[in-house]
Parts: sequence; structure tokens; C-alpha cells
Amino acid sequence: MAAVQELQDLVVQVRRDILRMVHKVNSGHPGGSLGCTEFIVALYNEIMELKDGFDMDGKDEDLFFLSNGHISPVFYSVLARRGYFPVDELGTFRLINSRLQGHPTTHEGLPGVRIASGSLGQGMSVALGAAQAKKLNNDSNLVYTLHGDGELQEGQNWEAIMYAAGKKVDNLIATIDLNGQQIDGSTDDVLPMGDLRTKFEAFGWDVLDIKEGNNLEAILKGMQEAKSRTGKGKPVCVLLHTVMGNGVDFMMYTHAWHGKAPNDEQLENALSQNPATLGDY
Amino acid sequence: MTKYVDQGKNDTRSGYGAAMTELGRTNPNVVALCADLVGSLKIQQFIDENPERFFQIGIAEANMMGIAAGLTIGGKIPFTGTFANFSTGRVYDQIRQSIAYSGKNVKICASHAGVTLGEDGATHQILEDIGMMKMLPGMTVINPCDYNQTKAATLAIADFEGPVYLRFGRPKVANFTPVDQKFEIGKALMLSEGTDVTIIATGHLVWESLIAAENLEKQGISAEVINIHTIKPLDEEAVLNSVKKTGCVVTAEEHNYLGGLGESIARVLATQHPTPQEFIATQDTFGESGTPEQLMEKYGLNNKAIEKAVLKVMKRK
Repeated sequence: MAAVQELQDLVVQVRRDILRMVHKVNSGHPGGSLGCTEFIVALYNEIMELKDGFDMDGKDEDLFFLSNGHISPVFYSVLARRGYFPVDELGTFRLINSRLQGHPTTHEGLPGVRIASGSLGQGMSVALGAAQAKKLNNDSNLVYTLHGDGELQEGQNWEAIMYAAGKKVDNLIATIDLNGQQIDGSTDDVLPMGDLRTKFEAFGWDVLDIKEGNNLEAILKGMQEAKSRTGKGKPVCVLLHTVMGNGVDFMMYTHAWHGKAPNDEQLENALSQNPATLGDY
Repeated sequence: MTKYVDQGKNDTRSGYGAAMTELGRTNPNVVALCADLVGSLKIQQFIDENPERFFQIGIAEANMMGIAAGLTIGGKIPFTGTFANFSTGRVYDQIRQSIAYSGKNVKICASHAGVTLGEDGATHQILEDIGMMKMLPGMTVINPCDYNQTKAATLAIADFEGPVYLRFGRPKVANFTPVDQKFEIGKALMLSEGTDVTIIATGHLVWESLIAAENLEKQGISAEVINIHTIKPLDEEAVLNSVKKTGCVVTAEEHNYLGGLGESIARVLATQHPTPQEFIATQDTFGESGTPEQLMEKYGLNNKAIEKAVLKVMKRK
């Protein structure tokens, strides 16, 4: 098990990657990326069972599907620093002829990505298919997903949520990034979604909260608990309470940085709050 | 040339079902999905023989397309089944992102295409599906003409790597292609050679084209009939070779003239060999309730309409 401090160092470096990537091209989505940094770092470096290298089928290893594809900066950074592709390639994010498209895709053959995402609400269905393929293949590994909370406004999710419980897809852990923000404002202002725990439970899921979704120890404990609940006839939902823009004071507690890049001064300020740990790309 | 005769009416969807039964026995990676239309898609025998390889999704086509995409991750070959309307327009973005752009090996199998669905009316009679599917980069689009060809096409796409849209229909129609005819994706079939006009047809309009060619022969007109079952990728060479000989063409399909086979042919001709062309297709309209025969008559999709179009296009040579 990696020491929590090692993971924390990686978190800080991933934050720097995210900020520098979006700043360079003056586009991309830093807010949600920063909010999920601890979670995705923990997932890829501690929680998931992964083989070396990458193949599309992913047999006998855990799989992860990023449904809210706009937080591609954090996904790309974690994948690169996990060794899926060269870290230097992060510098090509959103540039012409890059494998690091604005939203993740399999189209350019980037190792680590198994489905395109960006048009919201599709990831859970894909994960259900992958989870059922694992069952057919007698593969006991798990399938993980991440979804934005605002993303749950897309109806396809609820088809998938109904199906997952109805068909007892219990090798799936779906995590909802509960940051309460979306492009046009707070989720409560845009479209109140009510009590998500009650909704998931009413659909037949086993639900647990990670109240401190930006705290590595809380995430590790919560996700180990989530793993222990798989294989018991119900899909598992993790409600991950996060702060959008976490780790950069002026980006926190607001939707303003959902899809906006920092300028030069803002970047300098943000990086000064997150001194390099493993070295910049 | 083979003389094509009706071996007995049958529905193309039953050709799909028969092939699925066969694939269930021969290809362990093939899995079937259905959105509450098992009876319509004729896959009960597949389900009975392979219950663990069947996924009843319920009335949730968007979820079905995503699940199909996911099943390919792990090596499965998913065949989705529902009506053509719910296989395309209803789930266009799911197909676009999770299947086509993601390059997933999903077979989108769509029954009840076109007006010949009949009495259910326009809500269920899609006439735009070929257009939507052929516009997706990387999507193969196939519209077989009868029971035997649908069965052969279904077997062929299981061995083909990549996303495929397979379109077939509801009514019992003439079954005339030889049971052992080789089905090659992307390869046109010459059904009848001629010198005065080329008739290029897909789906249910192929049999109508053969009847039209027979009637035209009695009038001294020699019509060449080509069956295009694969609309994309299109067998451009077969099209060009024929029109260079005949000098005019009628295209025939059970689909809107916008976005259909006719437009694909027109693009090839406009860029490589400009040729007079007439379109047998619906004229940018929705369908309506009625029997398949009544609707084919009303919307100008039968052998009589093809004959008229031939006479018209020949004057334009």
C-alpha cells in the first residue's frame, strides 16, 4: 500500500498538471478536475487492481469509466503518471493532432481510455455492459465509474440505474461527484435533484457516502468499504462529497471555474499554492 | 444469369432470427440484446438455447446501446434488437459517441424499417435511418432484400470487426436470393444484365425492380438490375461499370430520397461519371397507417413506379 503521503504528493502534482494543461490552451475544465483529483489518484494507485500495460478488453483487471468526460485533465494526468503514456504528452492537451482530445476518446488510441465520453449520461450504461461481460467471462474484477452530479439530469442514467439493480449487476461501483455545481450555477438552482441517496436506494442500490471527498484517508476507507459491499446482489453507489476547484483557494466553492482556464497571474497564484512534488511535465 | 424466382414469401426479420439461432450455436462471443421486442425480432430460439447470452434491457434503448458498447470490452459481439426507429433516431447520440466514435464492434439490428411496417403508422415507420447511419464515420450500413439475404448478412457481420447497422423489415415478402448465395459486405450483386438502363435497388425494392425489369423486357427495354445490400461502403465500381454501359439509372429504396441510397449513388455519379438519375423513394414525407401493399402503392415504391421512372430517365439520356 502506498503511503498516504506519497498519494498526497501525487495529488499536488496532478493539480499542477491540470492547471498547466488548461492554462496552456486557455480552455478545458479545471473545477471538476481539481474536485476529483484525490479520488482518481486514490482509485488508480490504491483501490483498483490493474495489470501492467493496456489492452482494450481489460480482462482480469478492474476497469474505470469516466462518464463526465469534461474532467479529462485529471484523468489524463493520473493515467500518464500511472504509466499509461508519457507524462510529457500532457503538454499536447487539446492541441491539433493530439491523442489528448478535449474529451476522452478511444479514437486516437490513447492507452487507458476504453470509451469516448463527453456527451453526458452514457458512462453507466457502458459500464454495465463491461460488468456483464466480466460475469460472462468468469472475471471477478470490478468495474468503477465516475459521474458528475449535474450529469444525473440526463435520463439515460436512470435507465441504467434501474437496470443495474433489476439485473443485480453487483460488480459495479458507481461514484457520483457531489459538488453541487454545474455550468449555469448550483445544481439546486439549475434543476434540484432531491435526495440522491433516497433515489438510489429506491432503485435498489447499496449506497454509501464519503463525506470528505477531498480527504485521501476518507476516500481510501470509503472505497474499501464500497468494495466489501460488491458481490452481494446489489450495485454499489458512492456519494462522494467534494469541493469543485479543491486545492486552489480562489477556485473553490463556485461554479465559475467549471469550464474556464486561469490567466497567467491566476496560474502563478494557483501553482504557488501547490509546489511541485514529482516534477512538472 | 440466374433467373430469380420467389421460393415462398417470408419476412426478413425471420432471416435475422434464424441467423441468430445459428450464431448462438457457432460463435460463443455473440450476445443478443433486446428492448422488449423479442417476438418481433424472432430471437426466442436464441434465448432458449443461450439464456446467459441474452440481455433483456426493457424499454430503454439508450441504455441498450451503451450496454452493447460496454459488452464489446471483454470481447463480446453484441447484436442489439429493436425497431429501426428506436434503433437510430431515438438513440443517435448514444450510437455516435459510445459506438461509432468509440469504434465498438456492435451490430445494430433494426427491424420494421420503412412504411411496410404498415398499420402502426408514421410514429414507427422510419424513413430516415439509412441517412442517419451512413453519416456516421466508420459505420457500415446494410439493407438486405429478403429472408435468405438477411440471414446471410447477419452471419456475415458477426465475422466483421466494426460497428454495423443492419436494416430489415416486418412483412412477408418474396424470398428469391439463392440460399447459398455468398454475402460479401460492400459487394454489389448483379441480378439481371441489361443495356438500356440500370436499376439499383436495396431492401424490399429489389424484388419490385426484378418485376419491373421483366415487364420492361416485354416492352423491348433491357434493364440491368443491381442489388446494393451494402449502402456503406458502397460498391462504386459496380455502379460505374453499369452506368457506363446503360447511360442512365433509377435508384429504388424504401427510404426518404434525402439521405438514402439514391443520394449515395448520385454523389458517385456526379463526381466520376455524370449520368441521368431518377429516384424511387419517399419524397421527404412521413408515412401513415395502411397495409404494406397500399403504402408501397401510395408512396410510389413498387414495380409500376420503377417502370415509369425508367421510361422517364431513358428520355433524359
